[in-house]
Amino acid sequence: MLPDQMLFAMEVTLNGLMAGVMYALVALGFVLIFKASGIFNYAQGVLALFAALTLVGIQQGQVPFAHLINAVFGTDLHHFGWTLPAVLALALTALVMIGLAWLIERLVLKHLVNQPAIILFMATIGLAYFLEGLGDVMWGADIKTLDVGLPQGISEAVETATASLFGYGFFIDRLDMVATVVAAILVLSLTLFSQYSRQGRALRAVADDHQAALSVGISLRFIWVLVWSIAGIVALVAGVMWGTKSGVQFSLSLIALKALPVLMLGGFTSIPGAIVGGLIIGMGEKLFEFFAGPLIGGATENWFAYVLALLFLVVRPQGLFGERIIERV
Amino acid sequence: MLYREAGDFKTSYRDDAQTFPIRFDRRGYYALLAVAAAVVPFVINDYWANAVFVPFLIYAIAALGLNILTGYCGQVSLGTGGFMAVGAYAMYKLMTAFPEVSVLIHVLLAGGITAAVGVLFGLPSLRIKGFYLAVATLAAQFFLVWLFNKVPWFYNYSASGQITAPERTVLGWYVTGPQTTAATKYLICLGFVFLLAWIARNLTRGTAGRRWMAIRDMDIAAEIIGVNPLTTKLSAFAVSSFFIGVAGALFFSVYLGAAEVGEAFGINKSFLVLFMVIIGGLGSIFGSFAGAAFLVLLPVFLKNVLGGVLGWPTDLAAHIELMIVGALIVGFLIAEPHGLAQLWRLAKEKLRLWPFPH
Repeated sequence: MLPDQMLFAMEVTLNGLMAGVMYALVALGFVLIFKASGIFNYAQGVLALFAALTLVGIQQGQVPFAHLINAVFGTDLHHFGWTLPAVLALALTALVMIGLAWLIERLVLKHLVNQPAIILFMATIGLAYFLEGLGDVMWGADIKTLDVGLPQGISEAVETATASLFGYGFFIDRLDMVATVVAAILVLSLTLFSQYSRQGRALRAVADDHQAALSVGISLRFIWVLVWSIAGIVALVAGVMWGTKSGVQFSLSLIALKALPVLMLGGFTSIPGAIVGGLIIGMGEKLFEFFAGPLIGGATENWFAYVLALLFLVVRPQGLFGERIIERV
Repeated sequence: MLYREAGDFKTSYRDDAQTFPIRFDRRGYYALLAVAAAVVPFVINDYWANAVFVPFLIYAIAALGLNILTGYCGQVSLGTGGFMAVGAYAMYKLMTAFPEVSVLIHVLLAGGITAAVGVLFGLPSLRIKGFYLAVATLAAQFFLVWLFNKVPWFYNYSASGQITAPERTVLGWYVTGPQTTAATKYLICLGFVFLLAWIARNLTRGTAGRRWMAIRDMDIAAEIIGVNPLTTKLSAFAVSSFFIGVAGALFFSVYLGAAEVGEAFGINKSFLVLFMVIIGGLGSIFGSFAGAAFLVLLPVFLKNVLGGVLGWPTDLAAHIELMIVGALIVGFLIAEPHGLAQLWRLAKEKLRLWPFPH
């Protein structure tokens, strides 16, 4: 029999790991875009929010821009009066995200080729503002519940199994377990895609060297649309998970801020780094809150991840799996 | 024929190195100062002071500070909100602990305390570069906001967790508290802006500024020709944080009067000031002012048009405003990535040749 405190810490660790998977889901989108285009995409969190809003809107048959139309024409529209099955709504939302990726490339990125990285970064912050406003104007700013049929609540199977094993039932959210499986599938399919498909190879070529890729006939613009589409779909997955967990609302876009230390820790260019970084951050912040939180006033989760990543970077400036930074004059 | 160097003979090195080498610019600058100091205070009212002038002046100080760090020294920082909070809380603690000392000294001391904190959080910049550093400065942002929220000593154990500026006077005029008039608020901010902009201009064109720019352009090469990265980067962090600390102190004590850290100095403030610097122009004193003016005026303008003229509901107007701000930022970056300062530079070049451009 293990002591209670120990078991409790184990439960916290497990929950932290699963929260880390959720962070990694967002970080994944960042890494994809950073690798392929060198753009530090701050809008990733807002993309997740926008995807979740669109999903709810489509599923419940909301009239897009209803609020605006009502204000301008004095009508009273709100719903079409149908509800779509979850699968169909997911597919339609994925299409919207691909369209959005195309538009972003067309209207923003195309004009910013060869600009310094900071300008591109600022452009994605502008994009984040725009999408945040657009999402609210399109679908309304009220908090929505998202339900695509994912299991929720505490898993009883785990609780009874651990209760009989240790004499102490672990509380594990079933949604977190699903998220873990989904993340694993996502990473696996992304790896397979980039290793074995034609487009995947082109993607890696672009990530390696833009000019060399251009000179062997790879269309940079197509790759960018592709990679933003993938990031959009990853954002959709993250949006579904987070939206189911805590409702679709503005704060969803703030998960981007959770993903940043994950990226720092794992390295901006590494997919496994995003996963491992997510796990370390998730576990670290939960354990720190558990042990040190009560001593220093709690709510340490806001900053612990950043400080951890900062300290880690001082030792290893490129993150865990980042490409080694070689500087020459 | 007005805008020429011709005929304006420089007879000393001092004249030759002045900030405004063209007579027209120089006169324009003095005229602007005269209007700002002698005309505006008499016509200003509460709405204009609170909605436009005071925030513009305070953000101009913050933008100057961030521009020194990011524009001149090349270290991207997302911790501006946190450093402003340090300035504000230092100001509050000083004002309540030493009520007999002038607030002008308190503002400068608050800047100094922020500079020390800035140096502390600037230390990792010696190892971490680029975006990794930008994200690392977020650590300062979140940690500082959390600290001021959680440690009651900082807000003097007040029940609401807010800090409220006590009433203080300068030369018999109220500068903080509810009795302050629009004109005094404006004038005290103007005084600090004038002083700090003058310091910034002269720092950035002297040895310190050249060191910063050498580090910005290529740090390893700079190190090889004898620029010490440790002192250079940390001095940039110190000066920048001093400016931002002063801005935070004024923002809290003169402009807001009462502040809650998460709301007043959150991450959005960091982005706002960074936008000002980028839209105004990196590495330009004029750009800091232009960017601050643009981003202070834009929401006021949009609010009046969307809410006032079109009469849309406020929440819808707020969302549309967000969209327009976002789209304008992106559009601006596409049209002129070097910011308003570059437009200004081009206009001046054209003016010099006008009306015979060939």
